[in-house]
Amino acid sequence: MKNFSIAIRQKEGISILDISGELDAHTASQLENSLKSLIDDDKYSIIVNCNGLDYIASAGLGVFMAYIEDVRGLGGDIKLTNMNDRVYNVFDLLGFPTLYDIHDDEHEALESFSND
Amino acid sequence: MSVKASTEHLAEVRDFVAAHAQNIGLSQKDISEIRLAVDEAYTNIIKHAYKNDPAKQVSIEIGSDNSKLWISLMDHGRSFDPKKYSEPDLIKRIKQKKRGGMGVYLIKKLMDQVQYNRKGTTNEIRMVKNL
Repeated sequence: MKNFSIAIRQKEGISILDISGELDAHTASQLENSLKSLIDDDKYSIIVNCNGLDYIASAGLGVFMAYIEDVRGLGGDIKLTNMNDRVYNVFDLLGFPTLYDIHDDEHEALESFSND
Repeated sequence: MSVKASTEHLAEVRDFVAAHAQNIGLSQKDISEIRLAVDEAYTNIIKHAYKNDPAKQVSIEIGSDNSKLWISLMDHGRSFDPKKYSEPDLIKRIKQKKRGGMGVYLIKKLMDQVQYNRKGTTNEIRMVKNL
């Protein structure tokens, strides 16, 4: 059973991925495929809304590591929002907050795209 | 428990250790940390010791006493040499578009003691959390 799902929305020209469930070495490929297809469609302004995300392992963080340079090089960004404390703690342990744009909520991330 | 080396079983492995941790009354924070540490250790065995061969087997043992909880994962694959391990540099890895290499670092942050043993053809990673 795969306890992980992704839904994609578009808002104000930004692609928003709503991810929920458990993101680990088994489910990371789903996130990877979604990010890849957005990039292939020339959509480089991406928000990953982690509101429904219960759990993340380093394999999940690895997906963000693999694509951030490409997306930024193309004038976009991958911004992360709505993490619960447990999920944020994993990002924090690995030093992500200084390198990634992490926001409390999606609205804030949308605004920061328009200010970029 | 004994389980095949496949990421398919990750959730099951996490739930196995979480159930024990819950039974002995650990905090939600400790349970989360133990779930993540065992996930990272098991994922490393699947990827590095067994090179993604799902026919291989991993044994997982968990135990506790009044002062500590320990988890051992055993495999018969390629062994990990902790002497060759260096802490990951996130900036460098991102620039090189490399992922991974963060698991051992996380395990060390999450657990109080981590030991790698090799006896015959068996590799063991033993992780201890002080209670």
